[in-house]
Amino acid sequence: MTSIFSLPRVSRRAIKVWRRNLDVFLKTWKVNFFPPFIEALLYLTAIGLGIGTYVGAIDGVPYITYIAPAILAITVMNSAFFECTYGSYVRMYYQKSFDAIIATPLSIEDVIAGELLWGATRSVISVTIMLPVLVAFGVISLPFSLLAIPLAFLAGLMFAGLAMCITSITPSIDTLNYPSFLFITPMMLFSGTFFPLSVLPLVIQYVALAIFPLTHLVALMRMATLPSAGSLLALNLIWILAATVIFCVISINLMRRRLIV
Amino acid sequence: MSYQGNFIAACSTEGYGGEPVPGIIEADELTKTYGGTAAVSHVRFSVKKGEIFGFLGPNGAGKTTTMRMIACVSPRTSGTLKVFGMDPDKNPAEIKQRIGVVPQESNLDPDFTCAGNLLTYARYFDIPAAEAEKRTENLLAFVALTEKRDVSIDKLSGGMKRRLILARALINNPDLLILDEPTIGLDPQARHLIWERLRLLQAQGNTIVLTTHYLDEAARLCDRLVIMDNGTFLVEGKPADLVRDQVGSEIVEMDNTPDVIACLTEMGIPYETIGDQVQVATGASRELAKTLLDRCKTSRVSTRPATLEDVFLKLTGRNLRE
Repeated sequence: MTSIFSLPRVSRRAIKVWRRNLDVFLKTWKVNFFPPFIEALLYLTAIGLGIGTYVGAIDGVPYITYIAPAILAITVMNSAFFECTYGSYVRMYYQKSFDAIIATPLSIEDVIAGELLWGATRSVISVTIMLPVLVAFGVISLPFSLLAIPLAFLAGLMFAGLAMCITSITPSIDTLNYPSFLFITPMMLFSGTFFPLSVLPLVIQYVALAIFPLTHLVALMRMATLPSAGSLLALNLIWILAATVIFCVISINLMRRRLIV
Repeated sequence: MSYQGNFIAACSTEGYGGEPVPGIIEADELTKTYGGTAAVSHVRFSVKKGEIFGFLGPNGAGKTTTMRMIACVSPRTSGTLKVFGMDPDKNPAEIKQRIGVVPQESNLDPDFTCAGNLLTYARYFDIPAAEAEKRTENLLAFVALTEKRDVSIDKLSGGMKRRLILARALINNPDLLILDEPTIGLDPQARHLIWERLRLLQAQGNTIVLTTHYLDEAARLCDRLVIMDNGTFLVEGKPADLVRDQVGSEIVEMDNTPDVIACLTEMGIPYETIGDQVQVATGASRELAKTLLDRCKTSRVSTRPATLEDVFLKLTGRNLRE
């Protein structure tokens, strides 16, 4: 049996799986378009304007401007994570779509790679829908903020890979709730999203930097939207690049182990 | 509908100068184990071009596992397996490009319509869009689903789904069709339609391997078949030969009463009791029936031709499986 770290053989056929998911997405594009749009509006209004009135400014930045990149980062995480957990699990287990596709020239590696690319694409789509809202509120600066789009793809791929690792070992769709509550929700709150990490005890700061992918994404997003280069730029970027490769490779190998028997 | 692919297959499987023609599928010592348990154990078979080859057996016999190995979705544990002369471990994409699979369980894509399913599937085979459109219309007509073209999958009956899966399996003009219980749960009309279509495909040069629990279906369709149990082959041959060799040509049936049993025992005629019935296999049912009516105290004697079902039950027993 091959190691879970061995490099999977993915062919260009992976794009066909990506395309299948895109076709399904576009069929219901009206439904899919609104959530990110509404979400941006709600967060900016309630937290940015509402709570922001009491907070004032953080590090000299108005509160609404401070949380704007966090909203983008959280969306990147949620879009890719939920697509490649619940979405992929439904396609794999309930719809048996993966079984149907691997009866064609595509391999399971191609299928999973296509799913990961699609997860990342969901992140890009969500961020792209949100950006105009943020621009309208005047809380992000152009053109640097457009870096959020390529960043959404990279980090989206990271969260897709992480999600697919979980999907590959989950016994049922119900157990996918655990990583959602125990990992995604804490990450959403303690990654320097709505308040700076520096106000937390040092231990938690280190934990957030060491194991919370979102910490690094929020930092990079904030650099893009303010714009201003942060002190940990290199660390943030390398962390995300490395995690993306590791998660994606492991997830493909684990999925092969689960499905090819 | 055109099946150009078959012409190429025909050429490539021609032998050179009297050498034996290799089959579309060649398996030798083929074995698959799951955690120490052998699902398929050292089987050997060869499927010739243009043949309909059946795998029969009770649940858990290893039929589906064998199919999955041929379809390149389950790697074998040991032995050799060649499909179109290629190794499924080494050239899965090349092999899969030329086969069509009807799985046991429906895995149509519920996110698409009937036509959408075929078009999406065509893309996996690199079929250009215009050609895919053409094939989709032809195939929907072929399985009598043209009217359901734009209907979503969950609105289809079981029979329609099965037909659509057959159409999907044909989208790449396969040289080899792998059908895992193609008519499971279908009404007689739908079964006959599928049988007729399979015959037509065979006439066009397709090779077909299938599993089925319907022994009348196997007898009707298969040129050759194997009966499997516990991962091994029990017999292999043409359906009619198997019936003749294993059971005889006819069966005489009587009520299972002590008088009948005593009478048969006295005459030294071998018999089998099945519930309230006594069966005697014979080559001359009429004479035997007459003798039995004359000599045994029985009110009812009936005769019928022996079938594949008799062979199957004789070889695999009458105990329930799984």
